[in-house]
Amino acid sequence: MVDFRMPSLGADMEAGTLVEWLVKPGDQVKRGDVVAVVETQKGAIEIETFQAGQIEQFLVGLNSKVPVGTPLARIRTEGEEAKPAAAAPPPPVAPAIERAPLAPAPPPPVAPPPRAPAALPGARASPAARKLAEERGIDLSAMAGSGPQGAITFADVERRLGEAVAAPEKRRGGLDLAAMRLAIAAAMARSKREIPHYYLAHQVEVTACEQWLAEKNAALPPDNRLLLGALAIKAVGLAARRFPAFNGFYRDNRFEPAPAVHVGVAVAIRGGGLAAPALHDADRLSLDELMSGMRDLVQRTRAGRIRGSEMSDPTITVSSLGERGVEALYGIIYPPQVAIVGFGKATMRPWVVDGAIGPRSVVTITLSGDHRATDGHAGALFLAEIGKLLQEPDKL
Amino acid sequence: MTDSDIRKVVEEELNNIAPEADLASVDPEADLREAIDIDSMDFLNFITAIHHRLGINIPELDYPKLITLKGADAYIAAHLGSGKA
Repeated sequence: MVDFRMPSLGADMEAGTLVEWLVKPGDQVKRGDVVAVVETQKGAIEIETFQAGQIEQFLVGLNSKVPVGTPLARIRTEGEEAKPAAAAPPPPVAPAIERAPLAPAPPPPVAPPPRAPAALPGARASPAARKLAEERGIDLSAMAGSGPQGAITFADVERRLGEAVAAPEKRRGGLDLAAMRLAIAAAMARSKREIPHYYLAHQVEVTACEQWLAEKNAALPPDNRLLLGALAIKAVGLAARRFPAFNGFYRDNRFEPAPAVHVGVAVAIRGGGLAAPALHDADRLSLDELMSGMRDLVQRTRAGRIRGSEMSDPTITVSSLGERGVEALYGIIYPPQVAIVGFGKATMRPWVVDGAIGPRSVVTITLSGDHRATDGHAGALFLAEIGKLLQEPDKL
Repeated sequence: MTDSDIRKVVEEELNNIAPEADLASVDPEADLREAIDIDSMDFLNFITAIHHRLGINIPELDYPKLITLKGADAYIAAHLGSGKA
């Protein structure tokens, strides 16, 4: 039996609110299945399970705000016996806060102290209410009853089931930009406090990329067209694989390289917000896969539907201000990552090619690196590698 | 499709991308990228939506012609049903 816990979706998260179960007790789940929706400062996040098995029991009621690490459900793993029907009373919901090993307490972004759901093993309820609650996985201890002496009635449970269906509709897409701003503030302030940044810039000619894209896209319907941003992310992913010192996490006073390259894509949110969810295995995706993954990720991020693993997995971040932006941007590293690569807009410049000056499209690529993990010398080689990769777009 | 039908489709699709934009108050000749703050991915989504909805496959080379409301209306009017003619 294992616990499915409120995950930590970034260094700045302390608590989350369970708003929806996408499974019910008895369901079989496999690793990677989305099982619940949790509301955080970054919007509604779909949470995956990392344990396969059968959902045994829900431990937390809907709309409860609980600290990171709190068990949300029990999962019976393969081979385990089903629990006898007359199960023990619901386990105490002791908020076992399990913070990332290092995470020196970030400034509390969520003001109200997380309240543990009232654990009332002996909640009064009618037998019919109990039966329905059991069938539908409703946690009676988190409910108030309307019957005699506060007993929970069948109608109370029915009402709760109705809320469970209705609540997500209200919440979805409802990004709380003020809360998101607090989360950005906490993460960026921590970064500037703890990470000794160094900054490098490199001008790279992207004429070859633009010509290659124009030729390729001319034969494609809009659905399948590529953007320069996809080439940029692929180049960073490949370079990160070759320079593993820029891909991973700085924790417990040491750098841990990550085994895979999950590029965080900085996505601006209309109205003033920012998130950088992971494009998983960006170094291994074909450009077509990467582009469709990026379109999907941007669309879901703006709609407030990011998955938990996308929030917690980025190993390096790419930020691009697009073609209307500025020529260079110097990012702030998102802890515990150790590098962020910035792409400015492509601009026409007089450029020397083969001894003659000609008009060329040029992009300024920057690196903000964590000096605890790498030095400028390695950073320069890493940036140069990205530039080289962009000279041969057909090989990306 | 009348000119006002075309404008309605254009506004609906742009509002899917930029829900808060009040397109009635946007200068028809203003660059939409600045007027309603859309980036290259947003613009590609707009072009994709027009393709799905009206069957017009707009090549990249023609993107600049659709960068204003007025330009988008005129381009779509000129290409609608061109396959049937």
